[in-house]
This record gives sequence, structure tokens and C-alpha cells, in this order.
Amino acid sequence: MLNPTYIADIQDLEMQESMSAELTGAEITVRCLQEEGVEHIFGYPGGAVLFLYDELFKQDKVRHILVRHEQAAVHAADGYARSSNKVGVALVTSGPGVTNAVTGIATAYMDSIPLVIISGQVPTHAIGLDAFQEVDTVGITRPCVKHNFLVKDVTELATTIKKAFYIASTGRPGPVLVDIPKDVSQQKTKFAYPERVTMRSYNPNIRGHAGQIKKAVQLILEARRPMIYTGGGVILSDAAAQLTELVRLLRFPCTNTLMGLGGYPATDRHFVGMLGMHGTYEANMAMQHCDVLVAVGARFDDRVIGNPKHFYNPDRKIIHIDIDPSSISKRVKVDVPIVGNVPDVLDELIKLLKLRKEKPDQNALDAWWAQIDSWRERDCLRYDRTSAIIKPQMVVETLYKVTNGDAFITSDVGQHQMWAAQFYKFDLPRRWINSGGLGTMGFGLPSAMGVQIANPAAAVACITGEASIQMCIQELSTCKQYHLPLKIINLNNRYMGMVRQWQEFFHGNRYAESYMDALPDFVKLAESYGHVGMRIEQPGDIEAALQEAFKLKDRLVFMDFVTDQTENVFPMVPGGKGLSEMILV
Amino acid sequence: MENEAGALSRVAGLFSSRGYNIESLTVAATEDSTLSRMTLVTTGSDDVIEQITKQLNKLIEVVKVIDLSEGNHIERELMLIKVRAVGNDREEIKRMADIFRGRIIDVTDKSYTIELTGTGSKLDAFIEAMDHTTILETVRTGASGIGRGERILKV
Repeated sequence: MLNPTYIADIQDLEMQESMSAELTGAEITVRCLQEEGVEHIFGYPGGAVLFLYDELFKQDKVRHILVRHEQAAVHAADGYARSSNKVGVALVTSGPGVTNAVTGIATAYMDSIPLVIISGQVPTHAIGLDAFQEVDTVGITRPCVKHNFLVKDVTELATTIKKAFYIASTGRPGPVLVDIPKDVSQQKTKFAYPERVTMRSYNPNIRGHAGQIKKAVQLILEARRPMIYTGGGVILSDAAAQLTELVRLLRFPCTNTLMGLGGYPATDRHFVGMLGMHGTYEANMAMQHCDVLVAVGARFDDRVIGNPKHFYNPDRKIIHIDIDPSSISKRVKVDVPIVGNVPDVLDELIKLLKLRKEKPDQNALDAWWAQIDSWRERDCLRYDRTSAIIKPQMVVETLYKVTNGDAFITSDVGQHQMWAAQFYKFDLPRRWINSGGLGTMGFGLPSAMGVQIANPAAAVACITGEASIQMCIQELSTCKQYHLPLKIINLNNRYMGMVRQWQEFFHGNRYAESYMDALPDFVKLAESYGHVGMRIEQPGDIEAALQEAFKLKDRLVFMDFVTDQTENVFPMVPGGKGLSEMILV
Repeated sequence: MENEAGALSRVAGLFSSRGYNIESLTVAATEDSTLSRMTLVTTGSDDVIEQITKQLNKLIEVVKVIDLSEGNHIERELMLIKVRAVGNDREEIKRMADIFRGRIIDVTDKSYTIELTGTGSKLDAFIEAMDHTTILETVRTGASGIGRGERILKV
């Protein structure tokens, strides 16, 4: 039975008719997307999805963005999701369509991004017969999705798509794939979109355990050298406001992981910078030496705490808040685990802290801040500002200034990614979009497309390098088709910079295959796609060039900055070392 | 877990992708045909077992996970063992099967097939007790387990 108010809401006559008429699987799929409020999908057609594309063609509620490679479709949907907190949707064909999409799916999985990927499959009668463009999509994607479905019966299609959106966006989010055989997209059945689904085997825990939260409050009040360490979970669950309130209430130092930047305002005094392999000296030292650590939506991974044995300190108490129980006590044993939705747990924590009259020992806290300030004086991010060759850090700093810190920044993977994270001060969540977990080169440009489509009026810049950008360079064509005025900041040092840095430090300066020879003329390349290209070779030209580029509000500008080849990212915690064993500049 | 195609491969895939051991795995539908029940025997430190439990719970099709070895439980495994049985051995093997409460379920003039249930270690002990040169073939199901007494796993 349908809810009468639900029926009253339906004004579209065509829709009412279809409640009784039978729809094809393809029509049902598109209707489901409409019902979910999906406005944009990113995809690439092919044989197995022709009926789906035919239905997309006949309607105008769901706008399809045609990419040039399926990897980019998923990255674009990913950037769309990260910057908007909507579920990103990608549509790909069977076989190579799916295998191309796998890198994008694995990227989203590692960073817990809510996506629904719809893939075509060969007809059910051909499955398992090595048909043209057949792969075992469910099998290939199983280890890199939150869940996946093969729809063998059209009567289950609508419920399956509903489940896909539900699973992708609840609990710890993640990508969900729905594989639809071609014959299922042709078969007809009655359509009714379920308003909600319940699954006995999937009930993400939302509320934190009250007793555990009380224990956390007690530990926080007893802290003498406290530290708040937060990750992507704060961004994903929209808990930046609660985190900011908590930090300011307690006057505790706060650090964000690479995935968590923007969770706490980077320009605030309580922020001690990013931590981890390329974190600040003060953040890493404070992590190592604190006596009470509050970890929020973070997972103590190898790039963040370095060697867990070195990190271990029996005198340090750890409170860990996360919606995913399997993230807790995985690499580091914690004292007070709290499984729950981060903003709800933080609300409860703030409420209890306000009810209690006591405060943590303020003299001890002042002494701790004095210690942190002395670490800050080390000025670990300093670089040569008088260099005659462009320093990449200066480009990012100037970009920050020119955009008033208000741009959406995507990045690829490598040195430029770390400089972007270190030198662009993110005051707001969802402004920093990067592949943190999987470290996918080629992510920057297509994810920026998704960001721009979700935020049409915003300034969107992709900070990249000459190696990464070539991994999805074909998307310059997509940008032209959809008039996406991205600003591409190419920090061109003619090397795979991070590979070169490791070779310099750990492989006796033998730069095996890390030099990027035979580079294209990026200015001409951009122009050939119909965009604006610039080459910037002098430090004195950085600001004027960026100003000019951002004035071209309706054009994509590819800015090729010729940077210092020898510059390295500091601080650096070498692999396998402890957090406080940094190489400093 | 949900009695659905692919659920088993998700569990098996989890174990191989995260490097956990599987000693044995048995699965079949329950009295509720929408559910199947799996008994999985694994080894690991307490931390690893905790992670395995959490990771299994994360699988969408897994309804409930319990660690049977946390409490009193019963486990049974079925073995079918085919042995060469000629001459004086025939009587000896029959006696051995009786001692282990096994049953001879197939006979030829040269062989016996014996059905034996028990814990894994009992089955091991039977194999150990047999003259190894007489063993032609063995097949084992892996352990199925259930809690003792009132302790139940019900959805």
C-alpha cells in the first residue's frame, strides 16, 4: 500500500500512469535515480547499457556528464560526493567499462566516499560463457566496494537500487555497485519505489555508548597534555561544527589528518597543522608526547602514526570515536572505544563537559601550550623564499592568498599533494579533495570536474604535477564540453617528485625511471582542447599569473609552473620510523 | 548470514584479502530458508580474532557473528574414510571403527568405507590409529559447532 500523502505529492501525470503500467528495467533505473534526487551522473555508454542511455535521453531530470574514460567517471562522481555530501553516481558499461572504473571505485572505497556505480552486464543467459565484454563484475569489485549486487530479476531492481543508496550513504559510507544485465534492463515489471528499506543484517550503530562517553569525559578532565586528532570521519559525517566547539571549549591542541583537513579551521591558533609522514613538527611531537589523545573519525594508519611500536606509550590514554568498530583497536590499542556517529557523540561529549563544573588543569594546559609553541618555533615548513627558481610551496601559498582561502582544491598524488595540504589553509570542510587512502595519480582533474558541477559558482583549482596530470589528461575534453572553468596548477619539476625524493633519501640518488622525459608543451596542449594555457617561469610572476587566471571566470586555465627540481617535502617521517623521528629541513 | 548467492565468497574473500587463516569452513541453509549458517574455524591472537569478528560483522550479508570458543560449545565433524580391508585386517579395522564409534557404511571384498563423527582431534586420532598404508581416501567436512545448554544463536 502506498501512503496517501505520497500519492498526493505526485503531480506528474505521467508518473501516476506508470504506477499501474509496466516499466522496463532501464526505465525503472532512471526513475529510481530521479526518486533519489540524483541531478548528475557521470558515465560512458556501451553495448550493455544502451537501454539505460536510451531512457536517460528521454528525460531531463537526471543530467548525464560524458567523460572520456570510465576511471574519470568514478573520480568525478567521487569529487561531486566529497564536495557536496550527496551520493555520487557513475554509469559504465560491462567488461572494460567496469575494469576501467575499478581504480575509481577502489579510490572511493579507501576514503569511504558514498557512491552508487551502475554497471551494465551481458544478458543473464550469456553470463559465464565468456561473452563479448563480459567480466565477473561482482567478483572483480568485491574487495573494493562496501557492497555490490547483481540484479538477475527485474522485479528486484527498484529495491536493489534503494538498498544501494541506503548502504552507500549510511554508517561508514562507501561505494556500492549495482550490476544490471542487458536483458534485465529490457524486461518489464510494475514500478514502485520503496520509501525506505530495512535490512536485518545491516543496522549501522548511530548512538555512542553513554557509559563510554562518561569515561571519555573523565579522561579529558584529567588530561595534562591533551591532543585532539581527527580524520576524514569528521568531514564525512559533517561534524566540523561540533569539533570546533569542543576544541574551543577545552582549549586543546587539534591536528587533522590528510583526509581530515578543513575539519577544524587551519587558521585558528589551536590548530597545530597536519600530522603524519609529512605533518608538522609540532603536530607529530604533540601526538607522540600527549597524555590523553582523543581520536575522532580517524584510523591510526601507517602514514599517520608511523611505526605503531614506536608510537606505543603505556602512559598515554586513547579515546577513539568512530562509526566503524573495525577501525578501533586495529593498529593501536585504545582505552576508551566509542562506536557511534561522530557529530552525535561529540554533541553528547560537549553536553556532559558543560554539565561538569571542573575543567582540566589549566596550569598544566598552559605549560603544554608553551611546549607546543616552542616546537612551533622550529618553523618546520620554512623554505627559501628568495630562490630565483619557483619554489612549489610559494605557488600554493600564493594560490591561497589569491583565492582568499575560499577555493575548492583537488590534488593528484605526490609532492604537490603534500605541499597543497601543508600550505593551503583549509578553514572549511569539504574544500580539500584528494585521494588519501589509495593515493591515485590521475584523481585530481576528474574529481575537480565533479566538484565544479556540484558547486557551479565556486572557484575550483586542481593542484597537480606533470606526471599525475597525464594520467587523466583526456578529461580536458570533458571540461571543454561542459564549460568547466577549472584552474589547473601544474607544479612541473620534470620528475615524479615523491618517487625522486625517496630515491634521493633511500636509494643513493639513483633516479630510476622517475624523470619525466618527452613532456608535452602543456600550453599548446591546453589550447588544442580549447582552453587557456600559461607557462610561468619566474617567482615574481606567480601572483600576477594566478590573478589573471582567476579573472577568467568562464575559462579553464592550465597553468604550467616550472618549479625547482630539487625541492623536497619536509618534515618527513621515513617509512617504518616513529612519528618523532622526522627528517627536518 | 543471508542465504544469498555470493555471501560465501564475500567471507572467503575477506579471509584471503586480509591474510587470515581458514582451517575449515562449513555452510548450509538453516530451518529458515532465507538464512544460512556457517561454522568457520580459524586461528589467531586475541587481537586478530577481534578484527576478524568485526570485519565479518561489516559484511552486509552477515547477520550475526559469535565466537563459539568463548563459551562451552559442542563441535562435530564428519569424516568418510576408505581403507583397504583384506584378510586379517578386516576384523581389526572393524574393531577399531567400533572403538571410535564409527560405522562401516560401504563394503567390498577389498575395502571398507567408514563413517566417523566427532571433534577434529578425534578424527585425527582415528587416522593416527590406522595403519597408514591401508588408508585409500579420506574426506572431512570441517567442524560444525553449536553452543552448549541454553546458549543459542538465533536471529
